[in-house]
Amino acid sequence: MSFLDAPRVVTSRFEHEDSHTLSRFVSTGGYDGLRRALTMTPEEVAAQVDASGIIGRGGAGFPTGRKWSMLRPAPVRYLVINGDESEPATFKDHALVTRDPNQLVEGALIAAYAVQATQVFLYVRGEFALGLERVQAALNDAYRQGAVGRDIFGSGFSVDAIVHPGAGAYICGDETALLESLEGKRGFPRVKPPYYPAVTGLYREPTIVNNVETVSSLPWIINHGGAAFAALGAPTSTGTRVFALAGDVMRPGNYEIELSKPTFRDLIFAPELGGGLRPGRSLKAIVPGGTSAFWIGPDRLDLHLDQKAVADAGTMLGSGSVVVMDDTQCMVRAAWRISRFYRRESCGQCTPCREGSGWVENILRRIEAGSGHEDDLGVLLDICDNISPEVSWPSKWPPQQTTICPLGPSIPPAVVSSIGMFRDEYMVHIKDGGCPFD
Amino acid sequence: MAGAPLTDTRDYQRPEAAPDADAVTINVDGRPVQARKGELLIAAAERAGTYIPRFCYHPRMKPVGMCRMCLVEVKGPRGFALQPACFVPVEEGQEVLTQSDKVRKAQDGVLEFLLVNHPLDCPVCDKGGECPLQDQTISFGPGESRFLEEKRHFEKPIAISELVYLDRERCIQCSRCTRFADELAGDPLIDFIGRGDQLEVNTYPDAPFASYFSGNTVQICPVGALTASPYRFRARPWDLEQVESTCTTCAVGCVVSVQSSANRITRYLGIDSDPVNQSWMCDRGRFDFEAVNSEDRLSQPLIRRDGQLVPTTWGDALSRAAAGIEEVRKLHGPAAVAVLGGARLANEDAYAWAKLAKAVIGTDSVDAQMGDGLPAELVLALPQATIDEACGADAVILLGPDLKEELPVLHLRLRQAAVERKLPIIEITQTATGMTRHAAVSLIHRPGEAASVVRALTDPSGAASSDVAGVPGPSLAAARDVLAGVARVVVVLGRPSLAESAAAPARAAVALATAFPQARFLSALRRGNVRGALDMGLAPGVLPGRVGLNQGRDWFGRAWGQVPPERGLDASGILDASADGRVQALVLLGANPIEDFPDRRRAEQGLDGAGFIVAVDGFLTESSQKADVVLPAALYSERPGTTTNLEGRITRLGQKVVPPGVAWPDWMIAVELGVRLGSDLEMDTLAEIRDEIEALAVSHRGITEELLNTAAARDGIVAPLGRATSEPAPAAIDPMSDPGIGAVEHHGVKATAPEPGARRRLVTRPEGQPPALLSLPDAEGGSGSGDPAPPDAYSLRLVAGRKLYDGAVSVRHSPSLAGLAAPAGIRVNPYDLDRLGLHSGDRVRISAPRGSFVLPAAADPGVPRGSAWMPFSQPDGGASRLIDSAESVTDVRLETVQGEG
Ligand SMILES: Cc1cc2nc3c(=O)[nH]c(=O)nc-3n(C[C@H](O)[C@H](O)[C@H](O)COP(=O)(O)O)c2cc1C
Ligand code: SF4
Ligand code: SF4
Ligand code: SF4
Ligand code: FES
Repeated sequence: MSFLDAPRVVTSRFEHEDSHTLSRFVSTGGYDGLRRALTMTPEEVAAQVDASGIIGRGGAGFPTGRKWSMLRPAPVRYLVINGDESEPATFKDHALVTRDPNQLVEGALIAAYAVQATQVFLYVRGEFALGLERVQAALNDAYRQGAVGRDIFGSGFSVDAIVHPGAGAYICGDETALLESLEGKRGFPRVKPPYYPAVTGLYREPTIVNNVETVSSLPWIINHGGAAFAALGAPTSTGTRVFALAGDVMRPGNYEIELSKPTFRDLIFAPELGGGLRPGRSLKAIVPGGTSAFWIGPDRLDLHLDQKAVADAGTMLGSGSVVVMDDTQCMVRAAWRISRFYRRESCGQCTPCREGSGWVENILRRIEAGSGHEDDLGVLLDICDNISPEVSWPSKWPPQQTTICPLGPSIPPAVVSSIGMFRDEYMVHIKDGGCPFD
Repeated sequence: MAGAPLTDTRDYQRPEAAPDADAVTINVDGRPVQARKGELLIAAAERAGTYIPRFCYHPRMKPVGMCRMCLVEVKGPRGFALQPACFVPVEEGQEVLTQSDKVRKAQDGVLEFLLVNHPLDCPVCDKGGECPLQDQTISFGPGESRFLEEKRHFEKPIAISELVYLDRERCIQCSRCTRFADELAGDPLIDFIGRGDQLEVNTYPDAPFASYFSGNTVQICPVGALTASPYRFRARPWDLEQVESTCTTCAVGCVVSVQSSANRITRYLGIDSDPVNQSWMCDRGRFDFEAVNSEDRLSQPLIRRDGQLVPTTWGDALSRAAAGIEEVRKLHGPAAVAVLGGARLANEDAYAWAKLAKAVIGTDSVDAQMGDGLPAELVLALPQATIDEACGADAVILLGPDLKEELPVLHLRLRQAAVERKLPIIEITQTATGMTRHAAVSLIHRPGEAASVVRALTDPSGAASSDVAGVPGPSLAAARDVLAGVARVVVVLGRPSLAESAAAPARAAVALATAFPQARFLSALRRGNVRGALDMGLAPGVLPGRVGLNQGRDWFGRAWGQVPPERGLDASGILDASADGRVQALVLLGANPIEDFPDRRRAEQGLDGAGFIVAVDGFLTESSQKADVVLPAALYSERPGTTTNLEGRITRLGQKVVPPGVAWPDWMIAVELGVRLGSDLEMDTLAEIRDEIEALAVSHRGITEELLNTAAARDGIVAPLGRATSEPAPAAIDPMSDPGIGAVEHHGVKATAPEPGARRRLVTRPEGQPPALLSLPDAEGGSGSGDPAPPDAYSLRLVAGRKLYDGAVSVRHSPSLAGLAAPAGIRVNPYDLDRLGLHSGDRVRISAPRGSFVLPAAADPGVPRGSAWMPFSQPDGGASRLIDSAESVTDVRLETVQGEG
């Protein structure tokens, strides 16, 4: 048995060079899901999605069916597809956008029908130049095919869609910042409550924001039924998921595998997946779920790739990225690099994140450069506590926050994990006045 | 009923608070707290005495939840969680912890974060001593800094406008300034740029923060990041003293704190008076105190000797003045004496002067308006509205000047109502204005024809679908739709253009009052205390208390001994009479007709023709220079008293500095002149004058000295009593909402300081029925029958309005503002410019029968075809040189000037 034997829910066309073309798409069941959905009532479509148990793939891990059911009834409703993927080492949406843009459009239209959206926005990260081009082409094709616009496939349902490129800020991946950005404003996240998009979203109208991978799964779910999806994985994490495996492994890349059944060990070491570490190297730490996640050590390799199991272990599957760090990596430097990312990407709106991100990065850079003090570690942990109250090691999930959006509490995990797991390495930097890995 | 008790406030009814259907009870730190549904937690807690620290929250703006200083624990479905109290609305049964360890830690953390990049240059920071960051750090913050890194650096202060400097290192990114500029001022010229800890406030390239309201951002900035050039480095807060007062630069009457140091005014701060300015001010009102401090102020009496004005003593000057007036009165009768001006005076001054003129001298030719207002009887007779009523109306009809230029904070209030509660504003105007963007419909019509527009608008048949006075039929139809079936209409009424006669808007106003019998009127007359002056009788045909001369004759005859036998002349009539010798002695009461009267030539001829001129003024102006006796007057902030705003709201004027030299308050000058004219005005103190006003002026019945001294009077008292819909008790000053006011307060200065009460003599009311207040049938809508004939094809019909920064004395003598007055120019519709073969930017000769001069022309699609707009009085000139006030409209011709520009 191979882990790759699981059904390819979203990557089925990846084996073809021309996976992004309309001809490949329609010759491999393209639009079948949408056609089928249009024969059902919107409620029936939503019920299938609810039955699939699919959890949003954008990072927050919220059940999609539940999210849809919270949409406020109103004459105007928007659907926004979040393709802003900018988390370091996360690249699965990039693949889905570039290699199967038609499936994305189809999935978006299924969602639009289910929630009876009046307008769809495909918000795609601006740096995905090829992906943007292809999504636009796919949408144009969909218009030509009658799959979008007036009276879709003669069903009487009409909805328009447009592609909107992001302008280069990570924070615009946060759904409320994304909505501000769509409205032409600065990408400042909105305060929740009350600005839950499903209630008060784009232009203050009820809005569903769904991730690229989430909606890309919908054609399969409609074609095979929610139950078939739910039969994959476990009740706590149904279906398959694309993991973006990166770092010190032999075979980095995107792997679509069943959720819940495999473990981190399988993902990293199975020959058809990560293929293990480089010869002679040993595993030091794993960053699961993107840079906002708490790290896990080799002792946790048998943790299952299951949302609940990972949360119980104090971290998250998040964006689907898994970064492997072996014994050649400096943990101080790793934490510093991550904190530098958040410093640069903080929108600057709220004090703890704006000031805390810079302060943390300054201290880590100083320690890495050999000018650290022993007191620094206590200060670092306390700054983290002021951004994310009661943050601790071993970690707990979900974190609390003093900030507006979850970017703030994304700062502490790398700091707290690296200090919690590798305090001795920090001490070497501080005592020796430099980085032992240089 | 002689001698009715003077403290009678029976008529003054504070409306009972209705039982609140929206009442909820929440629990703050274990205590039950009453609140209103939807109210923000931070406000509810504060009212109940729990002050939650804050930076970005401002009660007059929408919350943003950015600074995170106000985090408290709020119980939700998953237990207590940190939530910004400025963003969370209260809900029945809500449980809140404001003092828990977690809350304290979070607040300490936020303060520490704020200080991480803060330069801490407090010793050289203007905010030092009244800085909410400093104060809250002391109250809520950690002891010492653990920050060892390099702080963020920016170029130290950059000028973001002519008035405002920004120090980005001190900025705590609270967005108060950017929100104010966008949400309230409607001038979104400052914004954040960058992100993360490089987030900074700045202007857009090549677009300075040129907003009439920029000073408010300085006032509400919670740190010393924004400073204003007139105050920078002038004083430290602990050296300041303050008094509560009212801005009298325009008739909005913003409630302010006047702050001084060493007998010089250092700044004005807006006080949050809910019905009036809600803490805001315009920049002209905020900064023109520089004129009060000016070296050019008149500080001693002057008399003309051998053609020159030379200093003298009060005794000499007053005797000369009285002798001159007395001589004219003897030789030519009292009607040969006239008094021009008085809208700059306090209520008490105005009353004293009205009594002096009408009872002692015996002339009714008294006019506080400079021909640039509306007929006094009409203004007084129309049912009045408050600003709140206008903002809360079903529709507002705006028939007046560009409020943004002339009554800025009224513009702010109405704009906010239009933006936030979608108040439909119908603008009857001659060019686009600052309000056009927010108006439901703008009816842009030909000068002189407002009454026709009103008739078309209120035509019950509603059939007229063709153009009227240049207004397209569909616009009229749209406006009629807005007005269809609405109950509460408020008309904001002022003088739309000085290039047409007052008869045009007056006719339109009467037509409006007839068509909408329920409508109320909010005066948009601009000069500081014009309303108070009219209330006090400084106009022909009226007596104090909003009564007509004839109706009040008996009452005041008994009280004063005499009133003029017949109606006198208005400003225009006075100037004409003076030019041809019917008026021989002229008193200028802070009046500068040469610059303020719409028709400059008529004003000059009037002054030149007057045999004897007494000027009471703060400055030597073009007009007062022509006087035979010049009496130096105390200005705003130099004397206590009361003033009346455009709503008829009476508020206090506070004294903070002493007048220069021997300048006196105007009422004292009246009293002393009275003595020399052989009459005792029987007023030794302001309190006595107020007692007399209360006793005699019917509209001011019950507005006693005592009532004015109550806390409830802080927001002013609208005359007559019992009219204003609600008078909520003013809130305490929150040092965070209005940094600078509370902080100075700590140093022991009372906000409201009534002048020391001396023993007051008793004023008795005369026997008999008091006269009735003026009402509409008493007032005539101005003469003149119909619309003027259209201009010929080569002419453009002129519209003239004032700019906020103009050639006014108070601007000219305020160095920070003087440079802001834009050069004069003429604005013409691009079509006409083209038709006349002119280009935007060309220098053109503008000719009217009155004269001609050369100015640059600019294309402006906001000016309708066939019209042209010019400022009335910029320092380099204006329309007053072209206007003939005897004509109903002013037509001009334009031609290119060869070889110039
Ligand atoms: C700082 C930040 C960045 C985020 N970036 C992304 C992103 O790039 N793509 C994405 O789908 N969701 C992102 N999210 C999560 C979104 O806010 C949102 O939860 C998601 O798009 C919902 O879609 P889903 O329910 O299908 O997962 C981000 C959240 C935060 C706080
Ligand atoms: S947490 Fe950071 S990114 Fe999120 S709103 Fe606050 S400052 Fe912006
Ligand atoms: S300049 Fe002042 S008001 Fe504006 S954001 Fe900075 S601290 Fe706030
Ligand atoms: S609006 Fe008028 S009263 Fe208010 S500050 Fe400006 S000038 Fe003064
Ligand atoms: S977040 Fe509430 S006051 Fe700033």
